[in-house]
Amino acid sequence: MRKLSYRHALREAFDEELARDPMVVLMGEEVAQYNGAYKVTEGLWKKWGDKRVIDTPISEAGFIGMGVGASMLGVRPVMELMFWSFYTVAWDQIINNAGMVRYMSGGQINCPIVVRGPANGGTNVGATHSHTPENIMAQFPGMKCVCPSNAYDAKGLMKAAIRDNDPVMFMESTKLYGEEWEVPENSELPEGELFIPLGVADVKREGTDVSLIAHGRAVLTCLKAAKILEEEHGISAEVVDLRTIRPLDEDTIFESVRKTHRAVCVDENKPFCAVSSQIAASIGLHCFDDLDAPVQRVSSLDAPAFYSPKLEELQLPYPDVIVAKVLGIC
Amino acid sequence: MSAKNAAPVKYADAPVNKALSPEQKIKLYRDMCRIRRFELVALKHYNSGKMGGFLHLYNGQESVAVGCVSLMGENDHIITAYRDHGHALAVGMGMNECMAELFGKKTGCSKGKGGSMHFFAPDKNYWGGHGIVAGQTPLGAGLAFGVKYKGLKGCSLCFLGDGAVNQGAFHESLNLAALFDLPVVYIIENNGYSMGTSQKRSSAYPGCLAERAEGYGMKWELLNGEDIYEVRARVNEAMVRAREESKPMLLEVLTYRYYGHSVADAMHKKYRTKEEIEKREREHDPVIIFRNHLINEKVLTEKEATEIDQAASKEAEDSGEFAEQSPLPDPSEIFDDIYWEVDNGTEAGQTGRHFFND
Repeated sequence: MRKLSYRHALREAFDEELARDPMVVLMGEEVAQYNGAYKVTEGLWKKWGDKRVIDTPISEAGFIGMGVGASMLGVRPVMELMFWSFYTVAWDQIINNAGMVRYMSGGQINCPIVVRGPANGGTNVGATHSHTPENIMAQFPGMKCVCPSNAYDAKGLMKAAIRDNDPVMFMESTKLYGEEWEVPENSELPEGELFIPLGVADVKREGTDVSLIAHGRAVLTCLKAAKILEEEHGISAEVVDLRTIRPLDEDTIFESVRKTHRAVCVDENKPFCAVSSQIAASIGLHCFDDLDAPVQRVSSLDAPAFYSPKLEELQLPYPDVIVAKVLGIC
Repeated sequence: MSAKNAAPVKYADAPVNKALSPEQKIKLYRDMCRIRRFELVALKHYNSGKMGGFLHLYNGQESVAVGCVSLMGENDHIITAYRDHGHALAVGMGMNECMAELFGKKTGCSKGKGGSMHFFAPDKNYWGGHGIVAGQTPLGAGLAFGVKYKGLKGCSLCFLGDGAVNQGAFHESLNLAALFDLPVVYIIENNGYSMGTSQKRSSAYPGCLAERAEGYGMKWELLNGEDIYEVRARVNEAMVRAREESKPMLLEVLTYRYYGHSVADAMHKKYRTKEEIEKREREHDPVIIFRNHLINEKVLTEKEATEIDQAASKEAEDSGEFAEQSPLPDPSEIFDDIYWEVDNGTEAGQTGRHFFND
């Protein structure tokens, strides 16, 4: 095992997939010569050249659409949005074209495209740069939506996303890029590579009293809350990491809730129509008899992202809020 | 470089047209008649309430789709907007599958899931049929990117209407195509009206839409679409250049639609006069102009031309019957064709829940 940062793990996934399949190309603003605005693609242009790693103008609707068109001919573009917040200007290309062309063509057209980049707030960049649109992307059948919470998952899920024949919306977390996790070398793995299929959730921490269900960076917030709950309140919290929002591994969620009988759904979306809304509704519907308390939710506060750092921090879910919710039902 | 100032050219003698055999010329005429008749039969059924949605008819513009598609080789691709029936029939899609799609039937080209604006035939390099104005233009650049990336000598024909030139996606697409030297030929089918708003009221610079290419260092041309020989001669130059030099080009083809923006556009005789429409039909009809060419060239007799048109009419009527008699899609098909992985029963398609119908 070695320590690997989230950004380095993603870079390894790109490097390995560029080597494996000549149809894979990386495109986006500053991904090539600048080495990536967040340095995720550092070194790849130098290694793979202009044909495989391509700088685009700041023109999201244009280049995402170009990627969709190329994907229809069998190219497998991995398109970086410098911020996932910029989906707003590429909305038509992502939703209407990548997301719907398969259906509207009666299954004749595939779009094996990955749209990726940093999402989530917490970096004091103001409301327009702090979107967490996984709930919005997961709203549309036809697209898949992936939100890794650590370096190991980021690498394995990215490889699955690139090989997937459907459009995959891959949301990284700006604040996680520099953090490190233990990630095995490929040579240490039975299949010789780290690969995590989409649609399989992961229990990041076993527990018996309450299930904390989250994705992306919120998983780390839940792990911190679980530690506080155990140390200060003697409550054993299980943390379920969804990993992918669509497809959604409900079996793992329900199994956890049937064991703990209590659930708190956590995300960094705005609360109305958040991912946690869907998870809470599903648990209510399918695990009603197993529940000892109403399902709770923790999302961002229902306001645009505050710029002022201290107040933005208060808007996002933090461990104490989760602890308070758990104490209310345990 | 406006049409007015262009020196008159006998496009019938352009090499690409001289090379046509009589059979090939007759096919062009037949394809134009087929589009004309298909649209009229579609209109009839639409008006009798047999299909829903919008119906954007192509009558009056037949020379453009047929002329351009006739130049396509195996590595060339085509994509268009919502007025897509003409391009679909020109690439060789069957009237039956097209008409059935309008009726929302299972036998339709998109199994009843696309409708009038969303015809597709990727097996014929036809990538649709797109409903959002200018939304297809980046895809057209992407098709060219794909051709170039694969090292093939081909190009992409990307059609749009005159209304699309004011959309951001169009400009972003042009910039990318020029920046990356993509072999894409953009073809503005300028029929004069962006739905009910004339260019004068929608474009700050209405003189020549194609001239906007100057801003991207891209070559452009303005051409008259009423003569299929002119369309073929001049579009061919752009396509050859795209294939050989991998350079994009913007063409503006002046044309005219006889009907409204869609059949639902009841106002179309108010924002343009009856006289204007009748004059176009009488003096500038591309089907009649080409028919006369062929008769003058002694490729066809009057009688043969009429027979071709009648056969197209019969084929269209038959497609209406085929569509009427075709079954509706089964409710079980609602969840097909959403995810490749699910349709193909792969392991990835079976993990997790894809659909949320509680």
